[in-house]
Amino acid sequence: MSAEAAVKYVTETTEAEKERVAAWINTEEYKELNFKREALVIAPPHTCQPLGAELVAHAFEGSLPFVHGSQGCASYYRSTLNRHFRDPAPAVSDSMTEDGAVFGGQNNLHEGLENAIAIYKPKMVSIFTSCMPEIIGDDLVAFLKNARNKGIIPEGMPVPFANTPSFNGSHIHGYDAMLNSILHTLTEGKKVEGRCTGKVNLIPGFDANTGNFREYKRLFAEFGVPLTILGDISDVFDSPCDGSYHTYPGGTKLDDAADSINGKATLSLGPYSGAKTFAWLKDNYSGKHAAIPMPLGIAKTDELIKKISELSGKPVPESIKNERGRAVDAMTDSHQYMHGKKFALYGDPDQLIGYVSFLLEMGAIPYHILCSKGSKKVEKEIQALLDASMYGAGCKIYMGKDLWHMRSLVMTDRVDAMIGDTHGKFACRDAGIPLFRFGFPIFDRVNKHRYPIIGYQGVINMVTEICNKFIDIKDETCEERFFEMMR
Amino acid sequence: MSHPIKKIEGITKESTEELIAKTLEVYPEKAKKKRAPHLGANDQASGCAAVKSNKKTVPGVMSARGCAYAGAKGVVWGPIRDMVHVSHGPVGCGWYSWGTRRNLMTGKLGVDQFAMQFTSDFQEKDIVYGGDKKLKQLLIEAKELFPLAKGISVLSECPVGLIGDDINQTSRQAAKDLDLPIIPCNCEGFRGVSQSLGHHISNDTIRDYIIGTREFSEPETPYDISLIGDYNIGGDVWSAKALLEEIGLNVKSVWTGDGELEKIAATHTVKLNLIHCYRSMNYMCKVMEEKFGIPWLEFNFFGPTKIRESLRAIGERFDQNIQDKVEQAIAKYDPIMQAIVDEYRPRLEGKKVMLLVGGLRPRHTIGAYEDLGMECVGSGYEFAHNDDYERTSPEMPDATVVYDDPSEYEFEKFAHALKPDLIGSGIKEKYVFQKMGIPFRQMHSWDYSGPYHGYQGFSVFARDIDMAVNSPTWKLVESPF
Repeated sequence: MSAEAAVKYVTETTEAEKERVAAWINTEEYKELNFKREALVIAPPHTCQPLGAELVAHAFEGSLPFVHGSQGCASYYRSTLNRHFRDPAPAVSDSMTEDGAVFGGQNNLHEGLENAIAIYKPKMVSIFTSCMPEIIGDDLVAFLKNARNKGIIPEGMPVPFANTPSFNGSHIHGYDAMLNSILHTLTEGKKVEGRCTGKVNLIPGFDANTGNFREYKRLFAEFGVPLTILGDISDVFDSPCDGSYHTYPGGTKLDDAADSINGKATLSLGPYSGAKTFAWLKDNYSGKHAAIPMPLGIAKTDELIKKISELSGKPVPESIKNERGRAVDAMTDSHQYMHGKKFALYGDPDQLIGYVSFLLEMGAIPYHILCSKGSKKVEKEIQALLDASMYGAGCKIYMGKDLWHMRSLVMTDRVDAMIGDTHGKFACRDAGIPLFRFGFPIFDRVNKHRYPIIGYQGVINMVTEICNKFIDIKDETCEERFFEMMR
Repeated sequence: MSHPIKKIEGITKESTEELIAKTLEVYPEKAKKKRAPHLGANDQASGCAAVKSNKKTVPGVMSARGCAYAGAKGVVWGPIRDMVHVSHGPVGCGWYSWGTRRNLMTGKLGVDQFAMQFTSDFQEKDIVYGGDKKLKQLLIEAKELFPLAKGISVLSECPVGLIGDDINQTSRQAAKDLDLPIIPCNCEGFRGVSQSLGHHISNDTIRDYIIGTREFSEPETPYDISLIGDYNIGGDVWSAKALLEEIGLNVKSVWTGDGELEKIAATHTVKLNLIHCYRSMNYMCKVMEEKFGIPWLEFNFFGPTKIRESLRAIGERFDQNIQDKVEQAIAKYDPIMQAIVDEYRPRLEGKKVMLLVGGLRPRHTIGAYEDLGMECVGSGYEFAHNDDYERTSPEMPDATVVYDDPSEYEFEKFAHALKPDLIGSGIKEKYVFQKMGIPFRQMHSWDYSGPYHGYQGFSVFARDIDMAVNSPTWKLVESPF
């Protein structure tokens, strides 16, 4: 737009042209063009590593998440967690600016640590990085060593740190890196030969449903098996409103986390989002180790229950057997409302595998399965689930695709509903289908994070939400003569 | 001074200064020294800024501030509806700013408005080898997939500036090849001290790439104006624009809420620029004044008192025809507004409010609270400059506390001491205070409500404030056991 260019008039797009394009973006032809994209990513349902790092940095007693990088990053992560949980997310940054790019971020880090520790009195500061220090190559090991030598970090205060570059992986990898660093830091020198805490350690994976965490605790309590959740967000992001504000309302006790290295067993329920941590822990932790899928649906929950029994040496209690029975009762009672219904679904690998397994159990069809940050391994695992069920026939997996691809899919090859997070609502509105918000984040519905979707209780919650929605739709859209008392 | 001096019972210069000193006690010396000039007691008569501002945030204190990218994507460029706004760099920045500001848009998503998140989703190899080639390719793809887009903005995230990509050259070439306005905006988040520099950089790109490149095809009239610095949060523009049209003005363009690129480009032909958010768009008002001789006028569409004053001030810039319409509008709305005040004021009289918002609302909304009988006992900004604080001084009651870029700790301590009945701030603050049992409204996003601008907005504002302050749920916070 050089100054010498002739001045043009303001143009108006005609209604006919808008209508033409509106129809065109719903076509097979557009879908093909859309799937040819190589560089432009539109509406990806994943975000950058530090968000996951912050989530788990909140999940330990007295832990203050600390963003080494630009301050805007911290504000973005915090706001996201605030909107999803409708709870505070206190975290600081060291506000690196241009001079940080020139001189490195050590001064910011040191000043930030000194201030944050004085003002917010944490028991632990959990540091992770955003883009800037990753690009300029800040040496956190050296910076923190210097901070200790200068007395900026009080004697004995754990300061784990994780490199979480945003141009690599997604939020689940940041979760993994931060968790790994926290455990590495807290357990250092804590291994005692011959000691066994008798407890099972649980790594839940990247999970922003506080109800799930409470449900894990309840299940283990039913078994009578002592439990340490490694990164427990339940009281952090679901704290009571009682007239007082606490910067650190919950989280895994630091002593428990430190002693987790002497646990009876360690169980990872996030084989994809906790992969690195689990690999490290297998070499370092006492006791037995197992990584099993996130317990979504009956089969995956059965796997968890069997594993708890196996690791603890305790039989499955009657109460849990009954619970399973009630969940199956809920499914058989309502199977007709989901049977044969086609779903589009997207999310993080651990959740996605669970949704597929659960839908197949209900006789529903996980038709379009999309993962914006997956891998061949995830794809193979999902394909194996599809191959093992007649309801998996014709279902397709889309790896490395985004929600604009998803829109093309649901507009050209219709489904009855979508499972995902809030970001899917635009495609759902265009397709005229409901969105079941089981993922993260949920910005537009209240209290969803308080309702577990894992375990047998989670099965009941998902079945209830999905089936009743289909019944609502029938009630709202059927002809008057078919509007009746019973459904 | 022409403005009356307002006093709040129990608040004196001494009490405010003592509160500030006590609050800073916990800080290390260096941080205390840095923070102290940013906290002060208002001297209402002076009209002077009570605090220092627009300085670097003190590391580690828990600031609410964002970055230059946030100012460019979220505020200035993002709301323009008929453009594709590319967040150039890693996936996060665009993802966090995707639909979270509530700048509403008319049109159909993906057809003639583009509120999705567009990103180049930088990977390690883009950092190592540079992202210009990817940018070139994605611009082609955007044009193909969204033929009705009137332009593309390329908004740099931190890595782009650090690795030395040349988005300006790439965009210039692509603009030629694709015959489409493509505007590179070097708004990396590490630049400057807050969102504010992002506004400035974005204004500069409008100056360099947009303004004057289009003209309106219809003949000019003496009543052609532009509405500047309204971002259509919860539909604000729709309310403000309707009111300006009701008094006989032609709103030729809106910057930038629900805005259209080509109309913004043709704004150099209007007769007056009306600016609501001074902080984010004064730059272009000044450019248009210097370059095209267009005068500009600040106005305030929050609450009937300020709306009335503003309408009359706007009327003075025009002929009798407009002035008559202004009086007709005031006469029409006054009784409607009075009915709203009569309904809510008895429930809100004497209630205290504390504010912490971005660059405008900490002063502009004070009048609306006062219309409802409430008083402001503390106010501050995330990213204001000295001229904003000068404008704040006459609006705030005398001796009340003013805070610039406060830490969460400072804000919490002030609230503890001042015991407000309502806090108006952002999402990061909301739940801190709600846990404390203090009613709260998000004043960036209108807490998923709105509009709050104009007469129509005041009815929504009054309802929301009453709802927040007087919700029976607050009475349940204290447990009986």
